Amino acid sequence: MSKHHVTTTINGEPMEYLCEAQQTMLDVLRDELGLTGSKEGCSSGDCGACTIIVDGNITCSCLMLGVEAEGRKIETIEGIAQGDRLHPVQQKFLEHAALQCGFCTPGFIVAAKALLDTTLNPTEEEARYWLAGNLCRCTGYDKIIRAVLDAAAVMRAEAGR
Amino acid sequence: MASSYDTLKVVGTRPIRPDGVDKVIGRAAFGADMVMPGMLWGKVKRSPHAHARIKSINADKALKLPGVKAVVTAADFPSIPSEEAFVGEGPMNFRDLSRNCMAQDKALYDGHAVAAVAATSSAIAEEALDLIEVEYEVLPHVIDVEAAMADDAPLLHDDLFTQGVEPKPTRPSNIAKKIGFNKGDIAAGFKEAEVVIERRYTTQPVHQGYIEPHACVVSVATDGQCTIFSSSQGQFMVRAYCAKLLGTDIANIRAIPSEIGGGFGGKTLVYLEPLALALSKKAGRPVKMVMNREEVFRGTGPTSGGVIEVKLGAKRDGHIVAAQLVLKYQAGAFPGSPVGPGCMCGFAMYDLPNVSITGYDVVSNRPKVAAYRAPGAPISSFGVESCLDELARELRIDPLKLRELNAAKDGTKTAHGPTFVNVGYVQTLEAAKNHPHMQQKLGPNQGRGIASGFWFNIGGESSAGCFINEDGTATIVEGCPDIGGSRAGMAMMAAEVLGIPYDRVRPVVGDTASVGFNFLTGGSRVTFATGMAVTQAAEKVVVELKRRAAMIWDISPDAVEWKDGMAVPAGANAGNFDPLSLADIALKAGRTGGPISAEVSINAQGAGPGFATHICDVEVDPETGRVKILRYTAVQDVGRAIHPAYVEGQIQGGVAQGIGWALNEEYIYDRNGRLDNPGFLDYRIPVASDMPMLETVMVEVPNPRHPFGAKGVGEVPIVPPMAAVANAIADAVGTRMRDLPMSPPKLRAALDEQNPPRMAAE
Repeated sequence: MSKHHVTTTINGEPMEYLCEAQQTMLDVLRDELGLTGSKEGCSSGDCGACTIIVDGNITCSCLMLGVEAEGRKIETIEGIAQGDRLHPVQQKFLEHAALQCGFCTPGFIVAAKALLDTTLNPTEEEARYWLAGNLCRCTGYDKIIRAVLDAAAVMRAEAGR
Repeated sequence: MASSYDTLKVVGTRPIRPDGVDKVIGRAAFGADMVMPGMLWGKVKRSPHAHARIKSINADKALKLPGVKAVVTAADFPSIPSEEAFVGEGPMNFRDLSRNCMAQDKALYDGHAVAAVAATSSAIAEEALDLIEVEYEVLPHVIDVEAAMADDAPLLHDDLFTQGVEPKPTRPSNIAKKIGFNKGDIAAGFKEAEVVIERRYTTQPVHQGYIEPHACVVSVATDGQCTIFSSSQGQFMVRAYCAKLLGTDIANIRAIPSEIGGGFGGKTLVYLEPLALALSKKAGRPVKMVMNREEVFRGTGPTSGGVIEVKLGAKRDGHIVAAQLVLKYQAGAFPGSPVGPGCMCGFAMYDLPNVSITGYDVVSNRPKVAAYRAPGAPISSFGVESCLDELARELRIDPLKLRELNAAKDGTKTAHGPTFVNVGYVQTLEAAKNHPHMQQKLGPNQGRGIASGFWFNIGGESSAGCFINEDGTATIVEGCPDIGGSRAGMAMMAAEVLGIPYDRVRPVVGDTASVGFNFLTGGSRVTFATGMAVTQAAEKVVVELKRRAAMIWDISPDAVEWKDGMAVPAGANAGNFDPLSLADIALKAGRTGGPISAEVSINAQGAGPGFATHICDVEVDPETGRVKILRYTAVQDVGRAIHPAYVEGQIQGGVAQGIGWALNEEYIYDRNGRLDNPGFLDYRIPVASDMPMLETVMVEVPNPRHPFGAKGVGEVPIVPPMAAVANAIADAVGTRMRDLPMSPPKLRAALDEQNPPRMAAE
């Protein structure tokens, strides 16, 4: 079975890889490119632990094939911080203790970052529905929602400056 | 004693956890994130039958597939005699665990492992599974717990005779054990009662639902040395089980804990590691195995479903004079449900004169249950706390008042034996009563429920090391996987003792070769027991630091005090010396006797009991039967919160799991005994849009047996929610839901029964 050649952009960097037709984007990220920050919790698009951003849209990378990345712009958890500067969502997750085991955290952070790319004024309800595709079994979501709303406030303040 | 640290600088604050950054940038290594050079991928072939004799397994075709390197079956594992294991949380038998990891002779549930294969890629391993030919003789199966107890039920084990009944049975049974606890005279108690109510409740099995599936990478060298990198609640547990199941010495295994993506009790035993080791041994290469979600649901966990029969007798004034409880718990395919703790926890919150408790541990064709957060307690408490609410309504007494009237206090003798000390239950009731939540007005179809819960909390064996580095920083090595921020707590306690800032202490969870034995992360024990080991190790270091300072000053060690991270002369008589900081002493360590470190191994006793009282407001949609949680307040005695944000997190997480258990989660089997909903789409755990903010109230009744007063906090929060929700629904719409989950179709049907819908013609 011959492999497919894919040219894409991952976290702002041009990337080429070979993958098999049946490999998911998540398989490619984790097993071919060593980007293991995206997690596999269900491989059926139910848990959101593998969330990435594809051309600005949040996507479960377990439901996307590796070959579909051709010509796209992909953002993964590894690209959310700018060098050693954490994204406000990441910083607020730490400050609010919004992670316990930390396994769902990359997916939540990517999804929340995408929310805040869309709006800096999400209501609690909007944040809850936006993140309803990400499962967390540890926290009961309370501190996650607080962290996201607090990150939005920080980003609003930064944007106003 | 708590009093020796009466001015706290670090304990009680909310610093960022030491492993936090790695976890928000995606760098933390969980079970499936590790690779080894030359590794193979392992996969498990699982039984499609609920109950079947395995007549033959033929792997010839699979082994001929290019890339396939090894296949293992039960024949590749030593035959292990029946022996109780005290390795994990809850009862387990080494022989049963071996058979649970790999079916021997019979497959006992849908999803039971029958063979495993290792190949050069995951895809080839998957393909090879279909080529392994298993010939089954399908046998009659039994899923329901009471059906399994019937005389004519299909038997899972020919050699299982009910324990705890006299005379010893002569016929095998699915009832593995009958247990009982009695106090006072139950018949006299009911005779004395002015009101008696008797109710029956049921719960369904629910899965721990950790988001990280089980995963491991292992390597067995030709000399038999094994390395295991895996996600578990205890690397020492993994080591002990694997040594036994593989028939090797414990010293031949080094178990390295990965970060763990949730466990809640479900990772207190092994599934993949023994199979991966056997494959690695046979293939001569490292092997990686990762479950998919379907395998997690079909092959691991869950906790028991059960039947809870409660009978309460009370005086009109609300004093309960007789309490009877009968519990029937599903154990899954092998004995060992948490019916014991279920029996003990059901009435533990109450001071009752006459009690009779009977429990049955029952096997059926379901996956062997695993520990799940306060194992057993949520099930019995759902029945008892619902029944108390029904009694309160019958007596026209406020449900909180009824609990106050009968609450256990220091000195209360429990039905299961021990006399309580350090009980914070009444304080949780008091805090709940005075909480503004209780005053909030309710609208139509809205209701409020309260319920309480108890969990023992445990201590146990823990080891830790405190190593002072050359620059005055400290490294803490302990051995309990950090499942919810415990590393932060360890560093905080060490920093408090050493008198140095929190960020000068780095805590590490060591592998089995880096730290003395640690019992696993479970029983709400880590902050208490391992925290105690860490504290004692730091205290030993302080003694040594004082000795070194005394040496430098040439005075007696007794004349040195440790204050704010510095050695100071104890008084004017001791001499006049400038304080020596920890860093000063560390720098000179080489000249004053060498490295400064201490290791401590303890068996921690005196874990304080956990009590909680929850308040839940719901709104019922009468059209659909959907229940919305409007507001939730959880009050808990936490002893003393070391890192309050992570204590709150434990409470909130337990509540959310309890709400899922109450409203949605259940295992659904078809008539062939196959699991119908092995995925997160059909097994619905709560999502963010299902939940309100979860308010927590931490009552602090310090535990005198812990240096900072800590009690275990992780488990008791899952005990009250099911009854709290059921009681709130009853308050909202007058419908008493006695069978979990209280899902929309069921509640809708109950509402229809209560108020039969009018026909269109009417």
